[in-house]
Amino acid sequence: MTDRNMALAQLEPGEEAIIQFTDVNKWYGEFHVLKNINFSVKKGERIVVCGPSGSGKSTMTRCINRLEEHQKGQILVDGIEMNDNLKNIEAIRKDVGMVFQHFNLFPHLTILENLTLAPIWVRKTPKKEAEAMAMHYLERVKIANQALKYPGQLSGGQQQRVAIARGLCMKPRIMLFDEPTSALDPEMIKEVLDVMIQLADEGMTMVCVTHEMGFAKTVADRVVFMDAGEIVEANTPHEFFENPQHDRTQLFLSQILNH
Amino acid sequence: MTIEFKPSPSLPPPQNSVGAVAWIRKNFFSSPLNIFLTIFSFYIIYLLFPPMIEWALINATWSGESKAACTAGGACWAFIGVYFKQFMYGLYPAEETWRVNLALIMLIVLVAMYAIKAINKGLLTAVILLVYPVVAFILFSGGMFGLEPVETTNWGGLFLTTLLGVVGIVASLPLGVLLALGRRSDMPIVKSVCVVFIETIRAVPLITVLFMASVMIPLFLPDGLNFNKLLRVLIGITLFSAAYMAEVIRGGLQAIPKGQYEAADAMGLTYWQSMILVILPQALKLVIPGIVNTFIGLFKDTTLVYIVGMFDLLGRIQAANHDANWLGTTTEGYAFAGLVYWAICFGMSRYSMAVERKLDTGHKRN
Repeated sequence: MTDRNMALAQLEPGEEAIIQFTDVNKWYGEFHVLKNINFSVKKGERIVVCGPSGSGKSTMTRCINRLEEHQKGQILVDGIEMNDNLKNIEAIRKDVGMVFQHFNLFPHLTILENLTLAPIWVRKTPKKEAEAMAMHYLERVKIANQALKYPGQLSGGQQQRVAIARGLCMKPRIMLFDEPTSALDPEMIKEVLDVMIQLADEGMTMVCVTHEMGFAKTVADRVVFMDAGEIVEANTPHEFFENPQHDRTQLFLSQILNH
Repeated sequence: MTIEFKPSPSLPPPQNSVGAVAWIRKNFFSSPLNIFLTIFSFYIIYLLFPPMIEWALINATWSGESKAACTAGGACWAFIGVYFKQFMYGLYPAEETWRVNLALIMLIVLVAMYAIKAINKGLLTAVILLVYPVVAFILFSGGMFGLEPVETTNWGGLFLTTLLGVVGIVASLPLGVLLALGRRSDMPIVKSVCVVFIETIRAVPLITVLFMASVMIPLFLPDGLNFNKLLRVLIGITLFSAAYMAEVIRGGLQAIPKGQYEAADAMGLTYWQSMILVILPQALKLVIPGIVNTFIGLFKDTTLVYIVGMFDLLGRIQAANHDANWLGTTTEGYAFAGLVYWAICFGMSRYSMAVERKLDTGHKRN
């Protein structure tokens, strides 16, 4: 990584980071999946993480709410260090929403119950209040009329919008998106991206692993490019797409943009 | 003037595609192999059924005081009639059997109340699991509230079978869940304890467990610390089927996609919350057939308590077969036992199918 990009992956001194990775390393057995990740996100920033498959982008994102454990280095989220302390992990997970590639809605619960589960059990919100809030968010993702159905009865795009609403019901400070549109049919991608753009416009801190370069161009404050477990380049979308610094970035962009 | 559109009546469907003839043709005679199988099956039915009906119904004797009364050459159901009370209640005093009936009716009413929408299901479950057993125990054993005490050694027949089955089923399910979760735990000690328990129990026959419970344990316990044999046998049966249950449930836990665990974790649910609210409801639903399989197996295995000198339904029937007045009624006794076990197990199986349908929220689009 060039010094300039290093600076872009970090923040200016004095800026307060909501997510801070310092020399983070992770191994799957022998396989070194994250190599010396230094990376920070400030409040309200929209980050798009891209890179070829197996580059560690999902793994890095999943380290933020400790769905994956790192072995070396330090991760601070909202000032709390992610380590074996269960209290810390639970505290962070309350404040970090996550949307998965395969939606991961709970098939045995209705849409409404999917949304109210965590507010009721984790935040101890009264049921009535949780339901009102759930309906509010379902309204926002334009799916309120499906509240009493089960996830299996919805289309992929609808399920993913429900999953986003489920994340929002916890009133998170950060939203993580792990390839939210990769499992969707092409005609459903737009409805999900629209919801994400709306969310970005409202100032939500977002870390989004995606191959949707259009989304990156219009929404992201910074694009982070990863390859082989390293952050190769981090830059503003304009610079990233118009003037990529690194060979690997150029190769990646040529592969996904020209076909 | 408006012309009303009147469609001409549809033609009837082709003669040979509807009606009884078509149905028979489609289901019984659709191919040479099926024609052969149909004829063969009817031949077997012809060979077996008329003699069976003749024996069981036409030539049967329905009342009498001893085997001598059965002269018609058919089944001697009089034997079942005379011993019926004993088959149902064992040696439970005849004038006290209303207590057993009352407890059974209470249980049926309580379980049936699940069907009423307005009732708080959690409260009902608490009543069934915590209050009912105490009430039933007081009714069965007496010695309180002016009820005549009845020793557990006198409990028997279908009453004992049902008691062993119901207690075994109700207690082994939660224990099995805990063992299954323990076996999948990250904590090495919890995990090893569960693995050793499950594998040990599964490696020995139930008879051994019952023998241990009834004969060996009293030898090891110091004087005065001995407790009721029925209780020891109940614990033995429960532990035995819990080990099997644990493996069935573990299968269900493994079938739940990793994403479900991750989604629950990512929301900040604690381990127990995510298990109880997210994972177990799905896992248990998946393995209902396996769970009921274990239940049915357990229910039939209770007959083995005969080995340790307890007289359940089958035990009572075998004992009655030794009655000099009724020598030669073994067939009737076993036929009756078979019928009762079949009715109960078939009922369980149908009930489980209904539960499965009710809980199906469709993993797929429907």
